[in-house]
Amino acid sequence: MSVSVQSDDFDIGTEIARLTQDRSDIGAVVTFTGLVRDMGSGQPVSAMELEHWPGVTETALQGIEAEAHTRWPLQGTRIVHRYGPLLPGDRIVLVAAASPHRGAAFQAAEFMMDYLKTRAPFWKKEETPDGARWVDARDADDAAEARWAQP
Amino acid sequence: MKVLYFAWLRERIGVGSEDIVTSAATVADLVAELTAREDRYAAAFADMSAVRIAVNQVMTDSTASLADAHEVAFFPPMTGG
Repeated sequence: MSVSVQSDDFDIGTEIARLTQDRSDIGAVVTFTGLVRDMGSGQPVSAMELEHWPGVTETALQGIEAEAHTRWPLQGTRIVHRYGPLLPGDRIVLVAAASPHRGAAFQAAEFMMDYLKTRAPFWKKEETPDGARWVDARDADDAAEARWAQP
Repeated sequence: MKVLYFAWLRERIGVGSEDIVTSAATVADLVAELTAREDRYAAAFADMSAVRIAVNQVMTDSTASLADAHEVAFFPPMTGG
């Protein structure tokens, strides 16, 4: 388990290599990479600024990883999230899950992303032709998180 | 007590962090006190349904007691990922 909150870019190949280094028992690694799109709410986006809550963000991401490990048989997880100024096409976030079999890895990666969206203290501000605007939270993200609720 | 503001709350209030001397018993009392104090707080707290709250870095709501609070944070719903 490991999380990084950083302004620098990340390399997906390097992250997968670190996750699987010196191991031969991992059968599946699923990664998700989120990118900055050039459109938001029907408007062109020329740049983005990501604000976060230093310290609390890392704790929140570690909690999400730990929760994933309680739900699936995972051999490793990794979350990298960037902050600061970003441009369309830039990588924002990486989640990776390693497991003996693909089912758990797919599910854990999706779970971590869904939880991260609504539980990690990040806020996006987009630069549009009408000026800068803070991105509104989406109901779809709450619905995605709710899918994982346990009785 | 340390009070933190993020995203558009920070922009409307004009600072990201400040020390506030208050005898407010709950978060709602603190919001009412700040709202009465200056227009910039009134602008930030006009629609509390759009504001999320953490006391001592734990998510809560405006009914939360400030009895043991050393830090209160106000922010919009999170939009990472």
